[in-house]
Amino acid sequence: MKFFKGVDFFPHGTTWKIISWRYLFVGMSWALAVLSAILLVTRGLNYGVDFKGGSLIEVQAKAGTLDVGDLRSKLNALGLGEVQVQGVGVTGQEALIRIAQQKGSKEVNEDKAQSLANEKVKASLGDAVSIRRTEVVGPTVSAELKRTGVIAVIAAMAGIMLYLWFRFEWQFAIAGIVALVHDVFITTGMFSLLWYEFDLATVAALLTLAGYSINDTVVVFDRIRENLRKYKKMPLEQLLDLSINETLSRTVLTSSVTALAVLALYLFGTEAIHGFSFAMLFGIVIGTYSSIFVAAPLLLFFGVKRDWSGVKEAAGKPAAATGQTGVKAVAGKPAVAPLDKADKTPAAKDKSGKNTPAAGRA
Amino acid sequence: MLHFTRWKTLMIVGVCALGLLLPIPNFFSKERYDRLPGLLQHHIGLGLDLRGGAHVLASMNLDELKRDWYAKLTDEARKRLREAKIGYTGLGAAPGGGVQVRLGKIEDMDAALKALRPMSSSLPNASIAAAGGSDIDIRREGNDLIMIQPTEAGINARVGQAISAAVEIVRNRLDPGGVKEVSVQRQGNDRILVQVPGVEDTKDIIEAFNVAKLTFHLLHPSLSPETMGARPPPGYEVVPDRDKQGVSYLINMSPLVTGEDLVDAQPGFDNRNGEPMVTFRFNQRGAVLFGRVTKENVGRPFAMIIDGKVLSAPRINEPILGGSGQITGSFTVEEANRLATNLRSGALPAKLTVVEERVVGASLGADSIEAGKRAAIIGMLGVAAFMIFAYGLLGVFAVIGAAMHVVLVIAIMTLLGSTMTLPGIAGVVLTIGMAVDANVLIYERIREELRNDKPTISAMDQGFSRAYATIIDSQLTTFIAGLVMFMLGSGPIRGFAVTLTLGILTTVFTAFTITRLLVSWWLAAQKTRKIEAPLSYSPARNKMARP
Repeated sequence: MKFFKGVDFFPHGTTWKIISWRYLFVGMSWALAVLSAILLVTRGLNYGVDFKGGSLIEVQAKAGTLDVGDLRSKLNALGLGEVQVQGVGVTGQEALIRIAQQKGSKEVNEDKAQSLANEKVKASLGDAVSIRRTEVVGPTVSAELKRTGVIAVIAAMAGIMLYLWFRFEWQFAIAGIVALVHDVFITTGMFSLLWYEFDLATVAALLTLAGYSINDTVVVFDRIRENLRKYKKMPLEQLLDLSINETLSRTVLTSSVTALAVLALYLFGTEAIHGFSFAMLFGIVIGTYSSIFVAAPLLLFFGVKRDWSGVKEAAGKPAAATGQTGVKAVAGKPAVAPLDKADKTPAAKDKSGKNTPAAGRA
Repeated sequence: MLHFTRWKTLMIVGVCALGLLLPIPNFFSKERYDRLPGLLQHHIGLGLDLRGGAHVLASMNLDELKRDWYAKLTDEARKRLREAKIGYTGLGAAPGGGVQVRLGKIEDMDAALKALRPMSSSLPNASIAAAGGSDIDIRREGNDLIMIQPTEAGINARVGQAISAAVEIVRNRLDPGGVKEVSVQRQGNDRILVQVPGVEDTKDIIEAFNVAKLTFHLLHPSLSPETMGARPPPGYEVVPDRDKQGVSYLINMSPLVTGEDLVDAQPGFDNRNGEPMVTFRFNQRGAVLFGRVTKENVGRPFAMIIDGKVLSAPRINEPILGGSGQITGSFTVEEANRLATNLRSGALPAKLTVVEERVVGASLGADSIEAGKRAAIIGMLGVAAFMIFAYGLLGVFAVIGAAMHVVLVIAIMTLLGSTMTLPGIAGVVLTIGMAVDANVLIYERIREELRNDKPTISAMDQGFSRAYATIIDSQLTTFIAGLVMFMLGSGPIRGFAVTLTLGILTTVFTAFTITRLLVSWWLAAQKTRKIEAPLSYSPARNKMARP
């Protein structure tokens, strides 16, 4: 029977010495992170209405194209403070109008002032355009959304770190979380650099990114752990290189397919998910980079437990997840959970009948 | 790993069949859907961002609510002390909320406490023994002071009641017949969320947040805001006119009759000039009160005040004894209708302020659906092309799995009656990519095993079993992020979280059952003993030095 078996185009058995170049990569990442920090401090983020308060009005010309410059000067003459007008879409028919949060006065509070400003803008837009979308967020809500956003990002990272800690040793958890923070931080920096709007959808993208970018890292870590058991005497540097190279096809290909799906969103989605898909797309790229060039080299820095054999023989089972380095975990933490979990996977696999010397995974 | 028992196979096929059948009602016309048996009436709702509509979040003024409550408590305390004939030197707002009374004589303390105690009522299902289970706490403080202070639970109950009442009132105002698709819900502690599909103007919604308090007041017999001097005389306040800019009146703030005694309000037309107006009718108590007041004050002007604005200040020409009257002013027909509805539905317990407003036009919604569909289809095609190019037949299996994943997400959402939003569509598209990630991990592992000269079956078996834990690990991290979003996010973000978390669950299912089942069927269909590997693999370029 003949059928197409696919093309194994990704080079295998590569021997790239990534670890020996680690100072270059770590330096690069530091540079990007510092650059992001500088941008975030000096320039800040282009917060959308969700976080800044104020209003957003999306308009579309009923016929012909929209004269953005004319619209801008017309609206800025209303004396409502800063009114931004930005043409969007490819047809030249649509524009986004952003009105800054209005200040309240004695007679009218902030919310009322804002709705008055919106009315003014809508009135001066006239009949030539139709209003497609309006978003008005008051100062209390925007402050709340900002706070919730920050809490969400921290909570997600803490959750992921806790999970990594249960599944691996603490060095892996920390290296993983550093890579994760790296990805999220630099993506945020990118938003500052390009001055893309940063809103709720962007935060959702960052959260998803946090969950997704760790995937590749987990794949590499899994292989490192597998190889640690397999090659007990191999120098760590060499072992890390081997693991990275072995999993390179997986790390790159999984990211590529997901990036492909997100690319479709970026190219064919509407204005509202543009920021979201950009954050995801950039994040996937930087996440793959950090899985290969940052997370593993960090393990060298933190050091890992090498003597897996002792645990294996003593327990009569393939190496348990907690070990000597995890003394703290055994003593103070619910050691049952990680032990139990780690024991199950290799053991279960052995039961499946196919015995291989190493208890490892993809 | 590649063997399936008969019942397992049946179950997987059953789940897929169910997944394909469940979403069908989504495509039915309204009439056909309504004729379905109730058990099958499940469908995915479209979020406002996709179907167009308005979303308005309003926040209740809790300070006002508390102030009103404390004022009532003060009145009640005064009444009770007077009835018990207990003298007091000071009665008023207590620092930190509530009311305080300073007694004239310390000997009265016990009697005063006894008289005031019935003011507090126990809260329904109050399990908090520490708070005494009552809404206000009445206690002696120092020598001669009695504090009447609301408990934490009391305030919460009060706010809860007020919000629930406001939700009902707003719903009645927006949708008196209960036929429209208007959603009014409490959100958080002190907020009300109104969502109305298909509406592109929030004016009507915001109008429904008006307090709608109708009261009748006398004007000051001699003074006007211009002649009163620097400050209004005690008991009087300056109230602006609703329509005429700059006109205001000096009003006696103690209302003669209030809207609480109103039993009906209807829009109508003035038969003298044909202008829109609102007619109202009092209950018996209101009619008696109104009759007495108008009799006593013939010739004097009185003011009708609605929501803190004077609607009109006519002169009482003759006593109005029948208990019904009319409100005229420069109304439009809609205004008259709205005012009548608002008056009928009663007054809101406190002021509601709009804090967030999002409106999406129906045309943008339709465009978003189109764009979402296009992105999903193109994304799917791109992913399919990639997978088939890289993995051939196994790639086809993966694509079938990914397609099934989309079907299952939609099926579960249908079953739960979830709402699809634009970010939700993004979540589906994203998880299409993630769904095949699992397959990539499995297939690459198979290739690796093949490269190490494993026989086909064993390599494939290993591929699935070894990749399993890695996939669970990696999906779980995304799942954690999804859960956080679901818990903390609102509206569209929650829609994204729903499809993301559901998508992750179905991804694991499709990669580990559907593609695996397809692979096992393929293996079973092979007649030869020595099965040819279904994946091509290039030999490793150079083996790494392995000790």
